[in-house]
Amino acid sequence: MTSSVFTANALTKTYISGEMQVHALTNVDLEIAEKEVVVLLGPSGSGKTTLLNIMGGLDHPTSGRLFFRDLELTRLDDRELTSYRRQHVGFVFQFYNLVPSLTAYENVALVTEIADRPMRPDEALSLVGLEARMHNFPAQLSGGEQQRVAIARAIAKRPAVLLCDEPTGALDSKTGIRVIEALLGVNRQLGTTTLIITHNASIQTVADRVLFFTDGRISSERRNEKRAATAELAW
Amino acid sequence: MRALDLKLFRDLTRLWAQALAISLVIAGAVATLVLAVGSIRSLVETRDAYYERNQFADVFAQVKRAPKKLLEQIEEIPGVATAEARIVKLALLDMPDSREPVTGQFISLPDEPEQHLNRIYLRSGRTPELGRAEEVVVYDGFAVAHDLGLGSRFSAILNGRKQELIVVGTALSPEFIYTIGPGETITDNRRFGIIWMSEKALANVYNLDGAFSSVTVKLLRDASESEVIKRLDGLLDPYGGQAAYGRKDLPSHAWGEHGLDMLRNMSRTLPAIFLVVAIFLINQWLNRIVTLDREQIGLLKALGYRNISIAAHYLKFVLVLVAIGTVIGGIAGTWLGAYVTGMYGRLLNLPFLIFIRSPDLYVLGGALSLVAGIAGAVRALRAVTTLPPAVAMQPPAPQRFRHVLPAALAIDRLASQRTMMMLRNVSHHPVRAVFTMLGMALATAIIIVSQFLIDTTEDLINVTYFISERQAASVSFAEKRPLNVVNQIARLPGVLTAEPYRELPVRIRNGSVERRILISGRPRDADLRRIINADLHAVTLPKNGIAISAWLAGILGVHVGDFVEVDLLEGQRRTESLPVAVLIEDFFGIQGMMDLESLARLMREAPTVTSVSVMLDDDKSDLFYRTVKSMPAVSGVGVQRLSLVNYRTLLAPIETSMATIYSGFAALIAFGVVYSSSRILLSERARELASLRVLGFGRGEVLVILLMELGLLTLLAQPFGWGAGYLLAWFMRFNLAGEVMRGRLIIEHSSYAFASGIVLAAAVISALVVRNRVNQLDLVAVLKTRD
Repeated sequence: MTSSVFTANALTKTYISGEMQVHALTNVDLEIAEKEVVVLLGPSGSGKTTLLNIMGGLDHPTSGRLFFRDLELTRLDDRELTSYRRQHVGFVFQFYNLVPSLTAYENVALVTEIADRPMRPDEALSLVGLEARMHNFPAQLSGGEQQRVAIARAIAKRPAVLLCDEPTGALDSKTGIRVIEALLGVNRQLGTTTLIITHNASIQTVADRVLFFTDGRISSERRNEKRAATAELAW
Repeated sequence: MRALDLKLFRDLTRLWAQALAISLVIAGAVATLVLAVGSIRSLVETRDAYYERNQFADVFAQVKRAPKKLLEQIEEIPGVATAEARIVKLALLDMPDSREPVTGQFISLPDEPEQHLNRIYLRSGRTPELGRAEEVVVYDGFAVAHDLGLGSRFSAILNGRKQELIVVGTALSPEFIYTIGPGETITDNRRFGIIWMSEKALANVYNLDGAFSSVTVKLLRDASESEVIKRLDGLLDPYGGQAAYGRKDLPSHAWGEHGLDMLRNMSRTLPAIFLVVAIFLINQWLNRIVTLDREQIGLLKALGYRNISIAAHYLKFVLVLVAIGTVIGGIAGTWLGAYVTGMYGRLLNLPFLIFIRSPDLYVLGGALSLVAGIAGAVRALRAVTTLPPAVAMQPPAPQRFRHVLPAALAIDRLASQRTMMMLRNVSHHPVRAVFTMLGMALATAIIIVSQFLIDTTEDLINVTYFISERQAASVSFAEKRPLNVVNQIARLPGVLTAEPYRELPVRIRNGSVERRILISGRPRDADLRRIINADLHAVTLPKNGIAISAWLAGILGVHVGDFVEVDLLEGQRRTESLPVAVLIEDFFGIQGMMDLESLARLMREAPTVTSVSVMLDDDKSDLFYRTVKSMPAVSGVGVQRLSLVNYRTLLAPIETSMATIYSGFAALIAFGVVYSSSRILLSERARELASLRVLGFGRGEVLVILLMELGLLTLLAQPFGWGAGYLLAWFMRFNLAGEVMRGRLIIEHSSYAFASGIVLAAAVISALVVRNRVNQLDLVAVLKTRD
């Protein structure tokens, strides 16, 4: 039995929007194991992103508890959450969020400069197959390439977890598949626990486990006996 | 249009802090304009009203002794409205509260009819009664300095006889808005006072019954001053008249004008600087708003709004700022103007102040700000009108950055990624970087100018009192004395050395340009009252020829070796031609200098002196002053160092006020530039900074990344600010230098440091304000949206 990276107990997040209360997350219990690849599926507003943000230390739950290994994230203040993100979490977003004034190499170096035991930027970039383009600025890269730089930047610090919010959302299928390949490759080589939010149902086949979200709850869960190869992916 | 106005209102509410920062810079332009021009108008109006109400004369002349019946001939000169004869004499005063002797200028008050020219403005008491020789009216500032009230007594040596006087009134006079004792360079109410006395009494003392020693003339409106002066000189010549002169040569009036020149200089420089900075800030700000509103602009166009309506909407952003700035600037300028007017009013001894409300200045300030606002908005408005709606609805193309240096040099790699971000951002927006630096540099420059005023005054004091005029005191005589008086003075108790000094009034001329000056004769190698050149080295007077102020040489258009014509206004009254032998550096007035013996030869007389300069043994100076006080021939004793102390206390509050006003405005510019620029940077890079936060950068680290760029520009701007400050100081010196006074272009190192310190402090304060914004970055929201 592998140990848990995340343990969530009755995690709840409520927003006040005007006079309305929005229950973004309601009593979510969850365990994520080391090295697991988990895909989060569900309609917009079902709570996937809220959960990911709380796990990544970007947001606080309204109630409930969340542990990263033995560390109770729900008790950390802002400064401690920053340090948690710095050491353990890699993020990949739909819109890449690269620094336009830095080259691919430098964007990755931005993280390796502040991490404890990072890999070299060129090493991270070769993991996502971009070693040849590392001196290009974001504006000189395609969308898929930019997203792979974002992945390289996220993994360069050898994070324990990789949190990806619609990483293929802005990409065509061929490019999207290359990005998923890169994510899975990192998981294989580094054993990084990877959570992927997507609207693209076909991606679920490459995961160890799939969580289905409805109205702020995990409505169902499915474990894949065997992860599909990316070559089988198509959308 | 209502909906767009609502958008305008909400956008401005959201952007209030930045809008206010820019409005304050606009306010600076309006405030400095209203302050400077408004004060000048109020002061000039007050002075002119004062001159007019008190029948201030236009032409003045001194004469040895002329019969009163000459007055009728003077009044017949074409252009003369009226003339008044009077007696003016210098005398030594023995003030109970002053160990050094004090000089008094006695002026007769007509017994009847009452004074009709240069009417005194009684502050308290009354004028002396007919023939009451002991009753006097004293100058208000003098009374304050010596704590004299009605009924106070002091004594004077009048025509060699000691006489006790009683104060029956205190007064101001349009002839003395600024008082300077004979041979003094600076005003000092403790050392010099004006004393008005009954004409009959003064005539008795000086044996001038039926005669006068001074005449003042009021001209008709269209009279030619120079023509009247010429005719007047002709009439007075046989009676020992010295050249008559107009108001502009009257020290009081000339010094008053000099004070106003400082405000005139402010009105010429500061508003323009503020407007330039405002143009830049509005340009950056509106451009950013239009960039952020890109999709909305596309939408409005798609909905059918015309270009002009959309452009008008964005122009309204600027109009609101201009309106707010004009109102704030108008109020601040009016308030500061009243303060500065009051300050100058006290300095110029004006009995009342007329505050001129100048609505046109508010209109002008508003109009100039509007022009600046539109100039700043042009780029953004052009972008609004030329943006095709289909393109506007698309996100903008990503910004293309370049390597700062050729990749082969690989210097890029040496710097940290954060430094690279900063360098590339600066090089990506070179125009903005240049203008940000310009704003900061101008802020630094303004403070340097205010410090220059202090530095140049200190330099002037240092050069005048410690390099050039080194005497402890100078003893003047009512009449010129033979040279051996120097030996008599040298033998007085406490005197270490004594040096002769002879003053001769002349008219100096080259072609059609002429000036009335004093030539001072002194020993060739004078050691107490030294003559210095532009390098501050002592100059030995030539045996032949005349040394003149470099400034006077400029006025006359002569160089060393050229000849000038000199009308001697004493003795035989000949006209001589003299070679200009040396140009000398002096800061007060314009003058000529000659070797004492050459001057005696010129006058065809044995060497004489009008005053003796002495160096004193400090321990025995009391005894010296006591002895001098009782010497009948002495008409005045100048004690420069004492005047210096008083001068500093007089000037200090004005210097401090002006420096504070300048520094305050400069800090406003620095704050406006840094705050506005950092808000724009924050807006442009919020996404990037939020990404960094997500990647694990702390708040402080992110703030540093944001502010490093502005910090770099602020630092880089400083040397340019020093240069600009030097240029502005040069311009100010150019504007202020004149025949009355001029200083050297001296700016101390500490002034540069002080200026940069204030600007850096303003930058740090605005950085602290921006810090709150960085701390409030909504990480999640920023990352979920497309750029």
